[in-house]
Amino acid sequence: MRWISRITAAAAVLVLGASCGQGRQGADSGAEGGERELTVLAAASLTDPFEEVAARFSEQNPGVRVRFDFQGSSTLAEQIIQGRPADVFASANEKNMTKVVDADAATGKAEPFVTNRLTIAVPPGNPAGIRSLADLAAPGKAVVTCADPVPCGAATNEVEQASGVRLNPVSEENDVTSVLQKVQAGEADAGLVYVTDVRSAQGRVEGIDFPESRQALNIYPITTLQDAAQPELAAEFVRFVQGPEGREVLERAGFGAP
Amino acid sequence: MPLPLWPFAALGLALVVLPVLGLFLRVEPTRLPALLLSDTALSALWLSVKTSLLSTVLSVLLGAPLAMVLARGSVPGVRVLRALVLLPLVLPPVVGGLAMLYLLGRTGPLGGPLDDLFGVTVPYTTAAVVLAQTFVAMPFLVVGLEGALRSAGGAYEKVAATLGAGPWSAFRRVTVPLLLPALGSSLVLTFARALGEFGATITFAGSLQGVTRTLPLAVYTEAQSDVDAAVAMSLLLVALALLVIVLARPKAVEGQL
Repeated sequence: MRWISRITAAAAVLVLGASCGQGRQGADSGAEGGERELTVLAAASLTDPFEEVAARFSEQNPGVRVRFDFQGSSTLAEQIIQGRPADVFASANEKNMTKVVDADAATGKAEPFVTNRLTIAVPPGNPAGIRSLADLAAPGKAVVTCADPVPCGAATNEVEQASGVRLNPVSEENDVTSVLQKVQAGEADAGLVYVTDVRSAQGRVEGIDFPESRQALNIYPITTLQDAAQPELAAEFVRFVQGPEGREVLERAGFGAP
Repeated sequence: MPLPLWPFAALGLALVVLPVLGLFLRVEPTRLPALLLSDTALSALWLSVKTSLLSTVLSVLLGAPLAMVLARGSVPGVRVLRALVLLPLVLPPVVGGLAMLYLLGRTGPLGGPLDDLFGVTVPYTTAAVVLAQTFVAMPFLVVGLEGALRSAGGAYEKVAATLGAGPWSAFRRVTVPLLLPALGSSLVLTFARALGEFGATITFAGSLQGVTRTLPLAVYTEAQSDVDAAVAMSLLLVALALLVIVLARPKAVEGQL
């Protein structure tokens, strides 16, 4: 019978140990030997520019390390609402930010900091000879877009409504990266992605601008979070992103002013 | 059963059951019927059932002979062969999807000629879904049948042969009846795995309502905006899987018929 108590005790220690480990993670980001850690959750499309912005931010604030998680904004918003601890959230659209604000997970109000718009991505050399948005609706063209529920899909919808062009995609992907990947692999004749995605693909796809995209601008808001372990540092980072240095990096990546 | 094992068994059960229970608690009963009967849910459900059935049939047609070769055929390098056949069990499904895309895509060594000569494009079609599901699910059938073939041994076939039965007749009248129980349990596992397939499908077949968006893909897409709808569809998937495992063949999963 002693066996049982020993084993249950061991199990309890295991479980407690695991939860303590988690608790400590939060405490680690506190001021310990001058090292401060900032956790930033950001839309996947912000990956490259945000890493550069963070590098500059750390240069100016020695001892600060910025930890990122880049994913779809809706995934991140849901995680924040479910209690994921983080300092800053940057969303690729206002809808997901609104969810976080409505759940009282954000501090202050979320501010728009950049805009992004759609463009047509085609494989290098444009084998299908795409020239305009209307070309995508031509029969026999394999077009890939984002699914309605994700931000780039919502933007695609707006573009369709504004232009009157009805697209007939062969696949509706859950994120813009998958669209880009299928175009890059030559499995799609064209895909609708963001201007910034074509820039970051560095020649592996070509971008074809279309005027209708200006009617469906995607607005990116940023905010500090209620559960921030480093509230002042978080606010500083948000200001830095909106400041001249952040602006310059983001504009170079293809983002527009808010 | 020794007492010390009980707490661990209970924890193990809790690990599996509690998250699923959480799913039930998350759902809003008032919205549930509407969510389950929505166009998105129904078309995904129908597509899932249809493709999973097809891939189970395909797994039997291709996997059963494969199991025979692994268990009975005197092929050199059978261990390597077995490792290859079982590869999809341990590979992340996304890897399988990418592999199929690069083979059968428009620019692939097989897909290119198919496209040029016959105008056949495999990705983005329901056939691609079935292929992706078969890729990940067939090993379950092969493992089940091969195990049964090995434990049954070849003695009965040898007796049949001494009594004058040819290889085909011995296979039909001796081997197949011997295999039926194992076939039952392997079929259930194969179908259930095909039903839950996600990674290879979304990579290779894409996601389009009514064509390639199976139930797991629909759950993922809906989770981006309407979590309640995603939860409702998850429940549908759980219910379907339980139905297959518990009701359809209660004895099959215990390895008997």
